[in-house]
Amino acid sequence: MPLRKASAPNPNFIQCKGCKKTLFVADFEANLRVCPNCDHHHRLTWQQRVEVTFDIDSFKEYDADLYSGDPLEFPEYEEKYLQSQTKTGQKDSLVSGTARIDGQLISTAIADFNFMGGSMGSVNGEKVARALERGVELQCPVVIFCSSGGARMQEGLLSLMQMAKTTAAVDRCRQNGIPYISVFTDPTMAGVLASYASIADVILAEPKALVGFAGARVSAQAQVLKIPDDFQTAEFVYRVGMLDKIVHRKEMKATLGDLCSMLGHNLTEVKS
Amino acid sequence: MANSWKEWEKPVLDLEDGVAKLKQLADKETDAVKRQALEARVEEFEKRIEHFLQVRYSRLGPWEQVLLARAEPRPYTLDYISAIFTDFTELDGDRRFGQDHAIVAGPARLDGKAVMIVGHQKGRNIQDRAYRNFAMAKPEGYRKAIRMFEMAERFQMPVVTFIDTPAADPGVESESRGISEAIAASMLKMFELTVPIVSVVIGEGGSGGAIGIAIANKVMMQEHAVYSVIPPEGCAAILWRDPMKKAQAAAALKLTSDSALELGLIEQVLPEPFGGAHRQPVEAAQTVKTEVLTAFTELSSLTPQELREHRYNRFRGFGHVLGL
Repeated sequence: MPLRKASAPNPNFIQCKGCKKTLFVADFEANLRVCPNCDHHHRLTWQQRVEVTFDIDSFKEYDADLYSGDPLEFPEYEEKYLQSQTKTGQKDSLVSGTARIDGQLISTAIADFNFMGGSMGSVNGEKVARALERGVELQCPVVIFCSSGGARMQEGLLSLMQMAKTTAAVDRCRQNGIPYISVFTDPTMAGVLASYASIADVILAEPKALVGFAGARVSAQAQVLKIPDDFQTAEFVYRVGMLDKIVHRKEMKATLGDLCSMLGHNLTEVKS
Repeated sequence: MANSWKEWEKPVLDLEDGVAKLKQLADKETDAVKRQALEARVEEFEKRIEHFLQVRYSRLGPWEQVLLARAEPRPYTLDYISAIFTDFTELDGDRRFGQDHAIVAGPARLDGKAVMIVGHQKGRNIQDRAYRNFAMAKPEGYRKAIRMFEMAERFQMPVVTFIDTPAADPGVESESRGISEAIAASMLKMFELTVPIVSVVIGEGGSGGAIGIAIANKVMMQEHAVYSVIPPEGCAAILWRDPMKKAQAAAALKLTSDSALELGLIEQVLPEPFGGAHRQPVEAAQTVKTEVLTAFTELSSLTPQELREHRYNRFRGFGHVLGL
């Protein structure tokens, strides 16, 4: 009896990562990649994030050419870095620029988990710092979408210093009255969470996003305490008072638009 | 691969044991000739110890540096405080939730001048380690630090921080009370200060837990201290799924004081006595004191606003970015 040939996946269907139900791709996309059945918010690439958040054709990328060397000559780093570049078509794990929400100018940065887990090395940190400082320069609010496993090990201490560098840039925004909003998307962890992500004026999160300082297993080992069922989810972080609001993807644009226009009511956009 | 600094110090400890016994014998010896011979032996052994330390410690690998940075007899923050400062008055509490003994803080005098001190504190015995939570600070520790930084600003006191932690506390409680926010807020507060800040890494500079109180105008590392984005064990487990490759990870991470200086991420390496700070703690503390004083003298030419700007520029420039 001949072996049955495995059928190629039907491009019209996709399986939900939450409820495992098979969904029509068209419905799924129209629903901003949120499962119509269980409301699971699937991860977005930066292009998808731009599409669902900003005014049409308003995104203008900055600093697209920045890339990292291999300052530590860390084993296998160069190969992994090049592989990620090929896979994603980006130079590093974060894309930044300016965009508009309901006509209002904002400076933005969007981390992409597909590129080495969205890890923060020198380039990621530099682009975050520039995006924050561009808010000061252009006198507009800053919105950063976080998605990262943490600092990039392969750049060693240089990566740790990005926590400080991005924090320094947040300080610049604060000194200059520039509102800064961070959005925790799945996942927002470790070095990113413990620096610029957690000191925004307003912190939003997507439902069920993984948000935490240490890996859940590390936390469990560190203590005999029972881990809460929702540990390290956006809902947990909200419950303990560490973020302002969990926002459904469909509401994100409107929420950001309102916050940016209210907190930035005194700003006059600098024409570039 | 060594698992403890004791492994390579064993021969020295044995020799030192022998020297102590010979000295006892020499003291009791009444015959002048025999006594002289014994004293000559003692001298010879002491030379051998010195030689061993010089040779052994000049070729420690990165993993051995990690073990040495973690060694229990190494002087800790409170040891340096009592050796360098006078009138240290420990202050406590975050005025929010609770007490955290993994970070010690308070005002003291440095050559008569009032300064504010914040540092991680390890424990030497089992009870003390538990009391100090292995120098892994919780949100309360960082919030206590923030209180001290604010006071330093209000009363225009220079700040000294001592860095010696494996990591911030990773437990469920710490997550519940916002350990990430506490670390970030502490860094942010340090960026705001207009008084000079000097940080000294005296043992383990463990990732976020360390940088949380290390936003200084000048950062120094003791020769045998380490400073890393992740512990070598964790790095090996994540990258190679094998925690036993920790020595390779330690080498790859470039976490020694020499590497940090080479990368331009610290200003200075403070030399330690042969065999590490724990062999000559008084001498080690003197070096730290001299260099901290020198740093403050250097920084005294800057105005308050310039100090803040200087700190911003110091960190803003860090990174290896191409394609600019």
